[in-house]
Amino acid sequence: MDTAAALALGDDALVLSHRLGEWAGHAPVLEEEVALANIALDLLGQARVLLSLVGDEDELAYLREERAFRNLQLVEQPGGDFAHTIARQLYFSGYQYLLYERLAADGGPLSGLAAKAVKEVAYHRDHAEQWTTRLGDGTQESHRRMQRACDALWRYTGEMFRPVEGLGLDAEDWVLLDAAWTARVTEVLTGATLTVPEGPRADAWSAGGGREGLHTEPFGRMLAEMQHLHRSHPGASW
Amino acid sequence: MTSVTTEAYEAAFDAAVAADERIEPRDWMPEAYRATLIRQMAQHAHSEIIGMQPEANWITRAPSLRRKAILMAKVQDEAGHGLYLYSAAETLGVSRDELLDKLHTGRQKYSSIFNYPTLTWADVGAIGWLVDGAAITNQVPLCRCSYGPYARAMVRVCKEESFHQRQGYELLLALSKGTPAQHAMAQDAVDRWWWPSLMMFGPPDDASAHSAQSMAWKIKRHSNDELRQRFVDICVPQAESLGLSLPDPDLRWNEERGHHDFGAIDWSELTEVIKGNGPCNEQRLGQRRRAHEEGAWVREAAAAHAAKRRTAQHTEPREATA
Amino acid sequence: MSSSTEWPLWEVFVRSRRGLSHTHAGSLHAPDAEMALRNARDLYTRRSEGVSLWVVPSGAITASSPDEKDPFFEPSADKPYRHPTFYEIPEGVKHL
Repeated sequence: MDTAAALALGDDALVLSHRLGEWAGHAPVLEEEVALANIALDLLGQARVLLSLVGDEDELAYLREERAFRNLQLVEQPGGDFAHTIARQLYFSGYQYLLYERLAADGGPLSGLAAKAVKEVAYHRDHAEQWTTRLGDGTQESHRRMQRACDALWRYTGEMFRPVEGLGLDAEDWVLLDAAWTARVTEVLTGATLTVPEGPRADAWSAGGGREGLHTEPFGRMLAEMQHLHRSHPGASW
Repeated sequence: MTSVTTEAYEAAFDAAVAADERIEPRDWMPEAYRATLIRQMAQHAHSEIIGMQPEANWITRAPSLRRKAILMAKVQDEAGHGLYLYSAAETLGVSRDELLDKLHTGRQKYSSIFNYPTLTWADVGAIGWLVDGAAITNQVPLCRCSYGPYARAMVRVCKEESFHQRQGYELLLALSKGTPAQHAMAQDAVDRWWWPSLMMFGPPDDASAHSAQSMAWKIKRHSNDELRQRFVDICVPQAESLGLSLPDPDLRWNEERGHHDFGAIDWSELTEVIKGNGPCNEQRLGQRRRAHEEGAWVREAAAAHAAKRRTAQHTEPREATA
Repeated sequence: MSSSTEWPLWEVFVRSRRGLSHTHAGSLHAPDAEMALRNARDLYTRRSEGVSLWVVPSGAITASSPDEKDPFFEPSADKPYRHPTFYEIPEGVKHL
C-alpha cells in the first residue's frame, strides 16, 4: 500500500468536505442544504477511510502543518458564491469519478474503496452538472456568475492530471484521464451555453503545487479554523 | 353554506377528534383550528432551520473527524425536518414562500432557545442532550396529534431525532470524563443551557394563552407544566451519570409527589428573548435573511431554466407520422 | 420578496423495498422533474429508506373530495364477497 497516494486522495476529500461544510445554514434553498451536506458527508467518509490507511485519522487531519497536506489546490479554494462552489464541484467530481472508476477496475490496493466511492461520486458529478446547466442557461445574472466561476477556477484544473505516484497509473493513463475529463466538461459547459475557459490550466505555482505541499493563502486560514480546538487540548480525546 | 350545514360539518369534525381519528387536509375544519395549526407548524419548521445555526457554528471546528461527521449529519437532519414540516404546513393551503417571508419579517416566531450563543464545543453536546431532549419530550406526543400530515411528519422527525440526543449525551460524557479543562467546559455549557431548556416547554399552564383550546383539539396532548416536570425527572439521573451538576440549588426529590421539585424559573428573561432582546436574535434572523436574499439569483436561475425547457418542448416540431 | 420564482411543489412516493408499492412520503419544492427526483433522494432516502422514487407535480393530482366519501366508498362496504373472509372453507382444506 502506497501511503503517499492514499494521503493525496484522502486530503482531497477531507479538504473539499470541509469547504462544503461551510455552507451549512447558508445554502440558497433548503433542499440544497440537504444535498450539499450529503456530498460533504460522502467525502468525509472517503477521507476517513483513506487517512486511516496512512495512520491515525485525527492526527493526520489536525496535527499536520499546511506544507504537509497533499491535496489539490482546487479543493482548498474558498466557496465564493454558489456558482464557485458548483464550478469547483464540476471540475473535481469529474476528475474524481474518472480516477476512481479507473482504480476500481484495476484491482489494485485502492480498488475496493474506489468501487464504493465511485457510486457516491457519480451522484456528486450529476449534481454539479445539473446545476451547471441551470445556472449557465438560467438568467443573465446566473450565466455571468457561472462563467466567471468556471474561468476563475480553470487555472487549478491542470494539477489534477499530474501523475500521483503509487496509484499504478502510467503517464499515458493520466493523459487519457485528462482527455476524457476535458471532453466531458466541454460537453457540459457547451450544453449550458457557457464558454470553455481559454486561459492556462496551470501556472508555475499551481502546476503540481498542492501534491507537493505548496498551497494557496486561503488554505492556511482554513486549517487554522479546522485545527484550533483540537490543538488547544493536546492529547485530549473527544 | 347554510348554518345548518356548518353545524353538521362541525359536529362531524368534533366527533372525529373525539374518536381519535385523524383530520386530513381536505376535511372540513374550523378556521381557528386551521390557523392554530399553521401557526404552530410554521413556528416548528422555522425553529428547525434557525436551529441549524448554533450548531453549524462548530462544524468547521469539530475536534475529531468522527464528531465532524456526526455534527454535519445532525445539522443536515434539521434542514430535513424543516422541510418535512413546511411540507405538512403546505397541505393547509399556505406556501413555503409565504411562511419564510413571515419568518424573515418577524411576523412568525421560532423557538427562543436558538437565540442563545454556542460559545464552546461543549455547547454542541448540551444542545443535543438538553435542547433536543426537551424537544423530543414535547414532540413525541405530537406524533398522535389530530392533524394527520403533522402527526406523520412528527413520526419521521422523532425517529430521526433519537440519534441527536444520544450524540449530545455521548459528547458531554467524553468531555466530563476527559481532562479537567474539558470537564469544566462541559459543566459550563450545562450551567448555561439548563434554564433556557426548561423554558422551552412554554409558560406555566395558568398563563398559557393557547393551551386549553389546543388540548381540546388534540393538537396538544399534555400541558406545559406536565411535560416540563417529565423532562426534569428524566434529566436528573442522566446528569448524575454524566458526572455533571444541574445549576439549581432547589432541585430535590419529593417523595410525596413522586417527582423532583425544582427552583422558580425566571420568566422575565424568556419574555425579553421573545421580544427580540436575546443575545443572538439579530444575528440568527440576519443570517437567515442573508442566505435567502443571496440565494435568490440561484432560485431564479433554476426557475428560468425550467421555463425555457417547457417552451422548447412546446415549440419543437412534431415528428411526422408515417 | 417575490413569490413568482417559487419552485413548484412535488409529491414524493417511495418504494421502500422490492415487492412493495410506492407510498406517499411527503412533498418538496424543485424547479423541474429532474431536480425534484434528486431532492427527493436526498430528503426522503437519507437513511436508505427506498429503492425507487416517484415525483409527481402536486397540481397534477386529482383527489376525491371528503364530501363524496359516501358515494365513493360506501358502495364497496356492502360487498363483503370481495373479501376472502366472506367464504367458509371446511377445516383441513389447505392452500386456499
